[in-house]
Amino acid sequence: MIRFLIERLFQAAVVLIVVALLAFVMFRFAGDPVAQMVSLDTTAEDRAALREAMGLNNSLPVQFGQFVLRAVQGDFGLSYQMGQPVATLLAERLPASIELSLVAFGIALIVGIPMGVYSGLYPESWLSRAFLILSLAGISLPTFFIGIMLILIFGVELNLFPTFGRGETVDLGWWTTGLLTGSGWHSIILPACTLGLFQMTFIMRLVRAEILDVMRTDYIKFARARGIAKGRINYGHALKNTLVPVLTIAGLQLGSIIAFGIVTESVFQWPGIGLLFIQAISTVDIPVMSTYLLLVALIFVSINLIVDLLYLLVDPRLRVRSR
Amino acid sequence: MSLLAIKNLTVEYPSRKSTFTAVRDVTLSVERGEILGLVGESGAGKSTIGTAVMGLLDAPGRVAGGEILIDGQDARSIANLRGARVSMIFQDPLTSLNPLYTVAQQLTETIRTHRRMTRAEAHDEAVSLLDQVGIADAETRITQYPHQFSGGMRQRVVIALALCSQPDLIIADEPTTALDVSVQAQILDLIRDLAVSRGVGVILVTHDMGVIAQTADRVAVMYHGALVEEGKTAQIIHDPQHPYTQSLLAAVPRGERKLDRFPSLTYQPDGAPAPQEMTLTDDWLRSKGKDENQGTGPLVQVRGLGMRFLTRNAILPKNRSYIDAVKDLNFDINRGEVLGLVGESGSGKSTVARMIAGIHAPDTGSITFDGQDMAKIASSHERQALRRQIQMIFQDPYSSLNPRMRVRDIVAEPIHHNRLSETASETSRIVGDLLEVVGLGAAAGAKFPHEFSGGQRQRISIARALATRPRFLICDEPTSALDVSIQAQILNLLKDLRDALDLTILFISHDLPVVRQMCDRVAVMRNGQLCELAETEALFEAPRDPYTRELISLMPSL
Repeated sequence: MIRFLIERLFQAAVVLIVVALLAFVMFRFAGDPVAQMVSLDTTAEDRAALREAMGLNNSLPVQFGQFVLRAVQGDFGLSYQMGQPVATLLAERLPASIELSLVAFGIALIVGIPMGVYSGLYPESWLSRAFLILSLAGISLPTFFIGIMLILIFGVELNLFPTFGRGETVDLGWWTTGLLTGSGWHSIILPACTLGLFQMTFIMRLVRAEILDVMRTDYIKFARARGIAKGRINYGHALKNTLVPVLTIAGLQLGSIIAFGIVTESVFQWPGIGLLFIQAISTVDIPVMSTYLLLVALIFVSINLIVDLLYLLVDPRLRVRSR
Repeated sequence: MSLLAIKNLTVEYPSRKSTFTAVRDVTLSVERGEILGLVGESGAGKSTIGTAVMGLLDAPGRVAGGEILIDGQDARSIANLRGARVSMIFQDPLTSLNPLYTVAQQLTETIRTHRRMTRAEAHDEAVSLLDQVGIADAETRITQYPHQFSGGMRQRVVIALALCSQPDLIIADEPTTALDVSVQAQILDLIRDLAVSRGVGVILVTHDMGVIAQTADRVAVMYHGALVEEGKTAQIIHDPQHPYTQSLLAAVPRGERKLDRFPSLTYQPDGAPAPQEMTLTDDWLRSKGKDENQGTGPLVQVRGLGMRFLTRNAILPKNRSYIDAVKDLNFDINRGEVLGLVGESGSGKSTVARMIAGIHAPDTGSITFDGQDMAKIASSHERQALRRQIQMIFQDPYSSLNPRMRVRDIVAEPIHHNRLSETASETSRIVGDLLEVVGLGAAAGAKFPHEFSGGQRQRISIARALATRPRFLICDEPTSALDVSIQAQILNLLKDLRDALDLTILFISHDLPVVRQMCDRVAVMRNGQLCELAETEALFEAPRDPYTRELISLMPSL
């Protein structure tokens, strides 16, 4: 178990180093960092001094080492555009993105799994067919369209929910949360539904396919022959056996909605990292972009690690191999 | 009153085009403490009767007529029929337990479904049940997961699960088919014992006449959904009345003497054509490749062969642990002989086959084919030429053929790969001939594998193996997935091909009667090592090794 954890942590570190190299290359070679920072009338001597101060005259491996060292300490340099430390910018924005993603993901799981189980158990019923048609719509409609339609119907016409922003937030010192205020919850519902709809249909279809498979296995037939109650079979024996593939996909999906909820964040003007990233691209704010790259890698690597550990929790057969 | 009375049962599977009648007008009964053997070949409807009694027919199957009475009461009106009154044991112990729950969880769940017990009481009951089905150290083993048990032990757990609810009737559907012969004997003893000591009625569904002869009190023989004969076991085995039963019994390979050919099933009531005998029309098959050197001496020499699997990895080599799947194996396969390789599961016999076929590389030792050390062949061209001469036929005809390819493409693939024919028309002529040779007819080439039965698919596999004009065939349990009548046809086909084409065959099987009929010499393996290698008759008549003696004594006989 410990061995397994150390192995995985080591792999995660390798992935992060590689991504750091990419981020560094982008930072160092996509344009001249000095030229980005100074104004046109800065003298050549001042530029050279700045270059020396930033360590840009050192050899590349040394520069990369310094880059990694600073990154580990949370120092990602200053944003060209806003002049603030990138770390601060991201730390301000990250809670909004993570809260939105988790709520969206929660909706996807809570609605998607029972729908998937139901339509897997009764593939012929009209309700299952309705779920499938709905899910096809969920997969094929673009996110921005769903977002705009939700704004139009629930925000503008019915005037039930706010159409932009996070509402009131509470500052916990290291984390600003909208989940402790009524208006925060009120504001998160529409964007979370928009972001979660695609995930929900995805999870539903996956669970459905897995349940269809599992219900054909001998151990389910045997459980039925032993007279085990239907609910125990469907939500115990069957659902648990579908979890390993569902966890894999769900983990990757969670990573991608945290990192790439850009469209939803723009439609709802949600102050998350996606919106920050869009602004960084339009202003060629290289430090923000390269830090974003690192952050995304970190999110995916951590989620994968958690998913791997969850596998062990779910499937005892994997525990033996990992020992 | 009988424990179970089935009267005029008919089960139908309606489909859009027509209705398939799986069970037709069957009347049966089982008494308390009695074991009723239900035999027949695949598709005879014997498992359908079991699932109909359980009320577990898969849609769209339905009971179209007749009654199922348990203690005189209609089974469909009994609320807690499943588990409480009737329980079931499935064929494959590896798949009938939920892999994600411990044995204790599965047992206590079932016990508490049927009996008012606290968790602790149910746990104690579960331990005592495991103990009763012969699992040593039940107290600790109950906390383990199914994958930590061997196949035979898992079948014991399955039986314990079936007993949780104290049922009156147990339907055992091929309970030992997936098990080794020594484990099979233990499980059958256990089932016998349950019937006698608990007064449980048992329906033993099987295709294996040997199992029936050992275990059942009465036998019911089914053919195409109908009951053809029923009676006391001794009477059915020794004095069968119905021609189908007679020919079924005749087709069972005998372990006690050697016959020239396998008697095939001759009973064909509805005028279906008897399987045709093979005719070799084409001499393409007999012509030799130019790269074959006709040496003397054994065709295959195995020297000091070893293969180990890593069981625990570690950074330091001394901390790693291995299991020796095959250890220091030495034997020869002579030109033109059929060498049998027998042993229980885990004895390493399939690993040996895979190493000779070149699928795995051996860790130690060498394999020499026709005077060439297989590991020392440097050029890929020569290796390809060698591999062409060695072909393999696998156990499961359902998974060894690509379902998306037509049969003619499946058979033609090795011809293309080895460039054995010049033109497309020649290839298609050869493919047609091969399909004729294995008794399918050239027209079969246009179909897909799923349109064929298990036996026919195994014929396709054989045609594919012959398509490279091999000199050496490795058959890994080629008939263990097939019915006894089909088995006889396939084995006769292999014998004919051997004679006609001078093939050398390595025949791997756990079925000793088949081995006795099929092989010239037999090698017995246990735990990766060779126990005994002798002429077939000498081995069966006077086995020297104690393990061989044990295997032969466990061989079920009629």
